[in-house]
Amino acid sequence: MTGVLAQIGETVIDTLAYLGGLARLGARAASYVFVAPFRGKPLRLGRSIAQAMEVGVRALPILSLITFFIGLILALQAAYELKKFGALNYVASAVVISMSRELGPLITAIVVIGRSGSAFAAELGTMKVSEEIDALETMAINPVQFLVTPKFLAMIIMLPCLTIWANFMGVLGGSLFGVAQADFTFGGYIHASLDALFLRDITTGLVKSVMFGATITAVGCYEGLNTGGGAEQVGRSTTAAVVTSIFMVIAVDLVFTALFFFLGGK
Amino acid sequence: MSAVLQPAQPQRPSSDVAMISIRDLRVSYGEREILHGISFDVLKGETMVILGGSGSGKSTLLRTLVGLETPTSGEIWIRGKNTAAMTAAEREETRKKMGMSFQGGALFGSMTVGQNVALPLKEHTNLADSTVDIMLRLKLEQVGLAGYEDYKPSQLSGGMKKRAAVARALSMDPEILFFDEPSAGLDPIIAAGIDQLILELKKAFHMTIIVVTHELASAFLIADRMVLIDKGHVVALGTMQEMRESVHPRVRQFLDRVAEPEVEQELDYLQMLTKERTRARR
Repeated sequence: MTGVLAQIGETVIDTLAYLGGLARLGARAASYVFVAPFRGKPLRLGRSIAQAMEVGVRALPILSLITFFIGLILALQAAYELKKFGALNYVASAVVISMSRELGPLITAIVVIGRSGSAFAAELGTMKVSEEIDALETMAINPVQFLVTPKFLAMIIMLPCLTIWANFMGVLGGSLFGVAQADFTFGGYIHASLDALFLRDITTGLVKSVMFGATITAVGCYEGLNTGGGAEQVGRSTTAAVVTSIFMVIAVDLVFTALFFFLGGK
Repeated sequence: MSAVLQPAQPQRPSSDVAMISIRDLRVSYGEREILHGISFDVLKGETMVILGGSGSGKSTLLRTLVGLETPTSGEIWIRGKNTAAMTAAEREETRKKMGMSFQGGALFGSMTVGQNVALPLKEHTNLADSTVDIMLRLKLEQVGLAGYEDYKPSQLSGGMKKRAAVARALSMDPEILFFDEPSAGLDPIIAAGIDQLILELKKAFHMTIIVVTHELASAFLIADRMVLIDKGHVVALGTMQEMRESVHPRVRQFLDRVAEPEVEQELDYLQMLTKERTRARR
């Protein structure tokens, strides 16, 4: 019994230490983005733009395809119930609200975790194993400022941009069903989608996507920077970064969805 | 009688010509203490070789000196300042005066050799790009890598990577240069070239150089003085001559390359393993 309690206690302490580490790393990166430039430490815009290209622009093809399919699937699933009530014309609003409030940010985050969260952990893990992180420190270059901050800035800017694009592609996917099966014209479907949207639907999704960006960067970089010795450990860090990021993103999603629900009604 | 000096344990740097003074330094990884009270001085302009076998703690000592590990107790004085009492800005300034060449080079794989060498200059100075360019060519020339600035580290041989790493370590004109196993993984000819480079740097710039190695031939070629670390303790400290003449059993064993006596006979080896297991169970 004591052993079980000790095990539980140890797990709780480890989890809290891990969360503390993530929060500390995220806060340091955020301070280098939002505070340090006002204290004479300029942002590394060149590195941030390179990261933004990698994280954002290069993710567009796969993200577009996935969210187009998700939009189409949503329309099909919604239509399954709606047609029982002769309300197929509500397909457009069902798709656009689901996408902008929830699925757009979430699917975008999951695609970015697969592409970039894992890449962050692998890159920093390899640098750790080959003593490149130590080399930075001996050169009096702060590894968080040099390596994590450009990723952080790129992610918190690109994730909302990708989310907006994902929402649009979802609506396009839904419109395929709307035009083919629900007597919409393409223009009419887009119009119906825009009519159903409130600004709040978009902003809640975008706020979440910024938080997802910060979370994915913190987890990916933390796992990378804490990689043990050897190539095997880089693989372990990469896997841990993906699994933990997905869990953390869903947990953050739950917190913010609940927050918006209780603060804002709908 | 051995001429090898056992280190004294003064409370503060004994000499104003000491570039680095280490006093009763203890370093632990978790609950395991690796360095058990190390003390010695590295004088300005000398090449000090830290010798020791695998697991002796010599690399931990080097990592602690460059600030990558935090001591559990003891003091490190660099250029007359206690590192523990330094402010963050002072620590940063001290680091800029030190260069480190890592065992595997630790060059940034995503950058070219030129970008690697220029990185500290771009980060810490406001020099114009054209000046940085001239300086990086100069540094590459010093290590015999002129014309390689556009190569990626993956396109270089082991010896060239080490030279490029030295060029990067030299980029801020350091007063102290650290080398971690400079000859490791290199063939004897390339290794001799690295030794030669260290000698040339010393001659040209009068730097204080600290080299961690277990390669005796290299150590005797480049060192002014040596310190032998064994199981986290300083066993001996002295000039090459003093080390050669030492009768200290551990020094003799290391210099004469004698295997651990316990493992010479198979039976002894099995007994040693049994002892280790019994100890572990306790």
